[in-house]
Amino acid sequence: MLEISHIYKTFNPGTVNEKRALNDLCLTLSEGDFVTVIGGNGAGKSTMLNAVAGVFPVDEGKILIDGVDVTRLSEHRRAAYIGRVFQDPMLGTAGSMQIEENLALAARRGKSRTLRSGITQKEREEYRELLKILDLGLEERLTSKVGLLSGGQRQALTLLMASLVRPKLLLLDEHTAALDPKTAAKVLDTTEKIVRRDGLTTLMITHNMRDAIAHGNRLIMMHDGHIILDIAGEEKKKLTVEELLEKFSRASGSEFANDRALLS
Amino acid sequence: MQDFINALPGAASQGLIWGIMAIGVYLTYKILDIADLTVDGSFCTGAAVFVMLFSAGWNIWLATLLAAAAGILAGLVTGLLHTLCGIPAILAGILTQLGLWSVNLAVMAMKANVSINVIDAKTLDKLMVSLRFVQDVAKGSRPFWRHPIFVVGIFTLVLIALLYWFFGTELGCALRATGSNGSMARAQGINTNFGKVLGLMLSNGLVALSGALLAQYQSYADINMGRGAIVIGLASVIIGEVLFSRIFRNFGLKLFAVSIGAVIYYIVIQAVLSMGLNSNYLKLLSAAVVALFLSVPYWKNRYFAKPVKKGAN
Repeated sequence: MLEISHIYKTFNPGTVNEKRALNDLCLTLSEGDFVTVIGGNGAGKSTMLNAVAGVFPVDEGKILIDGVDVTRLSEHRRAAYIGRVFQDPMLGTAGSMQIEENLALAARRGKSRTLRSGITQKEREEYRELLKILDLGLEERLTSKVGLLSGGQRQALTLLMASLVRPKLLLLDEHTAALDPKTAAKVLDTTEKIVRRDGLTTLMITHNMRDAIAHGNRLIMMHDGHIILDIAGEEKKKLTVEELLEKFSRASGSEFANDRALLS
Repeated sequence: MQDFINALPGAASQGLIWGIMAIGVYLTYKILDIADLTVDGSFCTGAAVFVMLFSAGWNIWLATLLAAAAGILAGLVTGLLHTLCGIPAILAGILTQLGLWSVNLAVMAMKANVSINVIDAKTLDKLMVSLRFVQDVAKGSRPFWRHPIFVVGIFTLVLIALLYWFFGTELGCALRATGSNGSMARAQGINTNFGKVLGLMLSNGLVALSGALLAQYQSYADINMGRGAIVIGLASVIIGEVLFSRIFRNFGLKLFAVSIGAVIYYIVIQAVLSMGLNSNYLKLLSAAVVALFLSVPYWKNRYFAKPVKKGAN
C-alpha cells in the first residue's frame, strides 16, 4: 500500500543548522498494516510522516501509495490518498467553522470543489450518525464552532474526518501526545475502533512504548533518519518495554534518548 | 448642526459606496486572514478604468463591469506574487499597490485627475449614482429610486446575497477553511494557494467596483482617491464588528454590518468636519481610530483578563 524507497531529506543544507533528518529510509506497508512508530527525539519520525504527506519535497528517493508515484505531488493532491491527524489538536480542524462544516470539507477530500452546496441536508443526518461513534455527544452539537471544543474532542473529530473518505493511508503523528492521559486513552480507543472498522493501513507515531506495543500488528523504531528495528507478528505480541529498550541500544549503539518515552 | 443634517444623505451615500470596498477588505482580512494592501491601488484602478471607458462612450454597465475586472486582475497579481513567488502577503500587496500607481496614471492618460462631463444632462442621466442626484431627489426633480442610497443599497444587498451563496458552496467553504487553518485545508485536499489567489481576486474586484461607483458619484477619478482605503475598510470592518457582533451571527448579516460600519464611519467623519476640523487631519484621525480599535482586543486579553479560579470548571 505504501512504498518508501531510499528517501533522503536534509534541512538547512550548507548552514550550521544542517540536519540530515531522513537518511536512506525504506519502508513498505501492506494493505491493512497498522504500524506503530517509535524513536528518540530527532529520529525522523515526524519528518517521515510529513515527507509521505508531501509537506515538503524529499531530496532523493521515491514514495508510492497503492502503486502511484506521489513523490512529486503537492500536499493537497496527495490528500486524496491520505488521512492525517496532527500532534497539535488545533491543526487538524478549522476552529472558526462549524462541526458539520468541518466534516463536509473532509467528505470532499480528493474531489474537486464546485459551486454546489457545501453541505446538504442528507449529509447532516449522516454526520449525526457518524459522530455517535466518538461517544462525546458531538452529534447534538453539529452547528457548534469547532473552536469551542476541547483538544481531545478536536482530535477525535479530526480522526473521524481523516477516515470519512476511506484513505489508502492513515497518518497519525503523536495525535494523543498533547492530551491528558484519560483523554489520550479515549482517543486511542477511538483510533483502534476506526482503524479496525475500516481495515485502514495506518502509520502511528507514539512516544509511549506501551501504546506502541499494545496497538497495531507491527512496530518500527527509528534512529538517525532510518529504521533500525522492525518487529511484527508473534514477536511483537510478546514484546515488553524492557526488551524494546535493550533491542534499541543493541541496534543503535546508544541509549534511548527520549525522556517522555522513558517516563511514561 | 443644520449643515451636518443637510450633509447626512450625502455622507450615507458615500459610506454605502465605500461599504462595498469594506466588504472586499472583510473577505481578505477576516476570511483569508491576509491584510491586503493592494486595495489602496485597486480602488483607484476601478475608478480610472470606469471613467476612461465611460467617457469614451462605452455602456455604463460594461464600463463598471470592466472596472471590477481590472480590480480582479490586480488581485491576481498580488495573489501570484504571494503564492507563486513566496513574497509575504503584506509585501506582495504593497508591491502591487505601488505598481498600480503608475498603471492608474497610464490608464488616465498620464493625468492625475479625469472628470466625467456631468454638465451634459444626457451624460449625467446615464450615471447610476451621482452626488447631484442626492439634491435632485430632495428637490423632487428626480424619482426617489435614483437616490444613491437606494441604488447603492440595492447593489450592496445583491452583492451580499451573492457572497452569502458563494461562501456556502463547496468552493466557498474551501476558501473559508484556507483562511481558518491552512494545514487542515491542505490535509483535506484543498489547494490553499489557489484559495488565496481566488480570495484576493474576489476582494479586489469588489474594491474596484466600489472605486468605479465612487468615480460616478463624485464625477471624477483622482490618482490619490485610494490612498488610505485599506484603513477606511478596516475601520468599517471593526465598527461593524464592535456594534453588531453580538446580534449578527449569520454570515450575510456580518457583511451587512460591515456596510453599516462604513456608513457610520462617513457620518462620523461628516460630524467631525462640521465641527470645523481641517480635513487634512482626517487621515491621521482615521489611522488613530483604527489603531485604537485594533489594540483594544489585545489589551483586553493581556491586561484585563480575569484569572481562572481554581476548582472552577
